Amino acid sequence: MLLVDSVSKSFGGFLAVNQVSFEVKQGEILGLIGPNGSGKSTLFNLISGTYKPTGGTVRFEQRDITNLPPDRICHLGIARTFQIPRPFKKLSLLENVVLSAYFGDDALRSEAEARRRAEQALETVGLPTDAGVSVQSLGAAGLKKLELARALSTQPRLLLADESLGGLDHQEMEQAADMLHRIRSDLGITIVWVEHIMGVLMKVVDRVLVLDYGEKIAEGLPQAVATDPKVIEVYLGDQIALA
Amino acid sequence: MKRWLPYGCIALLAVVPFAPVPLYYLHLAILILIMGLICTGWSLMGKFGLVSLGHGGFMGIAVYPMALLWNHYGLTPWLGAPIGVGLAVLLGVLIGYPAFRFRVVGHYFALITLALGEVVRLSIIAARELTGGSLGMTPLRVQPITDVSWYAVQFTDKRYFYVIALVAWLGGLWAWRLVNRSMARSALEAISEDEVAAASVGIHVTSQKLRITLLSAAMTGLGAIMLGQYNQYLNPNSLSGISISLEIVFASIVGGMYTMLGPTIGALITIVFRESLRAYFGATLTGMAETIYGLLLILFIIFMPRGLWGFVVARFAHPTGDTSRLEVAATR
Ligand SMILES: Nc1ncnc2c1ncn2[C@@H]1O[C@H](COP(=O)(O)OP(=O)(O)O)[C@@H](O)[C@H]1O
Ligand SMILES: [Mg+2]
Repeated sequence: MLLVDSVSKSFGGFLAVNQVSFEVKQGEILGLIGPNGSGKSTLFNLISGTYKPTGGTVRFEQRDITNLPPDRICHLGIARTFQIPRPFKKLSLLENVVLSAYFGDDALRSEAEARRRAEQALETVGLPTDAGVSVQSLGAAGLKKLELARALSTQPRLLLADESLGGLDHQEMEQAADMLHRIRSDLGITIVWVEHIMGVLMKVVDRVLVLDYGEKIAEGLPQAVATDPKVIEVYLGDQIALA
Repeated sequence: MKRWLPYGCIALLAVVPFAPVPLYYLHLAILILIMGLICTGWSLMGKFGLVSLGHGGFMGIAVYPMALLWNHYGLTPWLGAPIGVGLAVLLGVLIGYPAFRFRVVGHYFALITLALGEVVRLSIIAARELTGGSLGMTPLRVQPITDVSWYAVQFTDKRYFYVIALVAWLGGLWAWRLVNRSMARSALEAISEDEVAAASVGIHVTSQKLRITLLSAAMTGLGAIMLGQYNQYLNPNSLSGISISLEIVFASIVGGMYTMLGPTIGALITIVFRESLRAYFGATLTGMAETIYGLLLILFIIFMPRGLWGFVVARFAHPTGDTSRLEVAATR
């Protein structure tokens, strides 16, 4: 479905992503892990068109999307969330999602249909659908959910979820992980899930890809990756909790 | 009752000129309606964070071609006006497309537009053979001379202009409403906050910004055309350049660019203010108005950022001062 081929990104000489290649298969949840600053978010920005790669190509459903702008990539069916939530604070919660539903599908001309899709997305993530709710009333978990709802409302086939668990307590983490699982099984959306902490992620994903200093150091089934010496070294062994 | 209030006000405004109103007040009313249209156009950009300091550029490029086409080819302003508005829109594309495409935002955008207004003014002055330079120019009187010429849009009776200005101003408010009720408003609010996030949900940032800029340029061009045609006199210093550009900004901020009537209230305040200054100080204190404008502008930005009308609307709609709703009320 998505084919990332030796993609690189350098910021003024600093290589944040170094010739990373991988494939995302239709219907899977791919976990993308790695320590802070290993290039996970940058990789998302490269796929979603927010940054232009300095090398390599990205193909989505056979189409070269390497140099397409972010709005086009969204229309093609890739949605992304931001690690640090970026809500539109001047708009209400519902307006945030209606806007995304309306503009996220370039064939859509009906505001009523956009609203329907927005309400559906809000229900999926468990946020209120009434018009009066403001974004300011949301806490950290709520803002993460809004990121997801906005992405889902664009009717994607591939969802790039960036650290949906960051800043959440343990119970919220479990809920969020459960939600991603449901998004895949109920809505049939393929997911790439970035996380800095491995714990909860490992139980949900089908495959894992590990980044360190912008390079891919491991890829495979969660069990295999968690016991990979290179991965253990990166994580100093202590954060790999599969239980 | 509340539903009929706007229609009542419009009806009242429509009959004003047929009441025994002193000519001077009719004159002021015409100027206020036209400046109101221009400031409404400016605020359509300004309220989304697209602060232009060069709307005078759209004025000059619209009004001069119309007057020149009339003087040299006898082309009726009914055709000259759309050409002028078209040129203002074209200038909007010329400045807007590269600026938005290359993400020139905030202060940098303001600076670019500042240059725009001046470039148009200096061009008009440079073409003095044609435009009369700083001395200005006068559209030729229609021949044979009559009191009412629809062909030349020249009327000795101010009431004709009043009605034309009123219709155009109402058209401006209608455009404001259309924008406000469209998805474009949400998109522009989102863009003004976070362009990256807006693009990530499929919004074409450049085209959204460009469209509102072109609408704004068209409204401003139309206003300028009416000013020139009403005064039957064109001057580059009052129909282009920094001075008028800043007056538009000042009026819009003072009245309140987030409310539909705010920009017009601002135009009213500035025009009445300018006229009273002239009445009291005469021509002895030139530059006085600008100085006071500057001072007031600072005070307004600090103490009443939503403008006078924005403040009144917010207070009136929500006297308790629930600020979150207040924001919303003032925007609608
Ligand atoms: N826009 C940018 N400009 C310069 N450096 C950046 C930029 N974005 C990310 N980086 C750098 O690239 C590296 C990878 O960052 P990031 O992709 O955010 O890591 P992760 O998401 O894995 O924590 C970091 O060292 C970061 O400082
Ligand atoms: Mg990150």
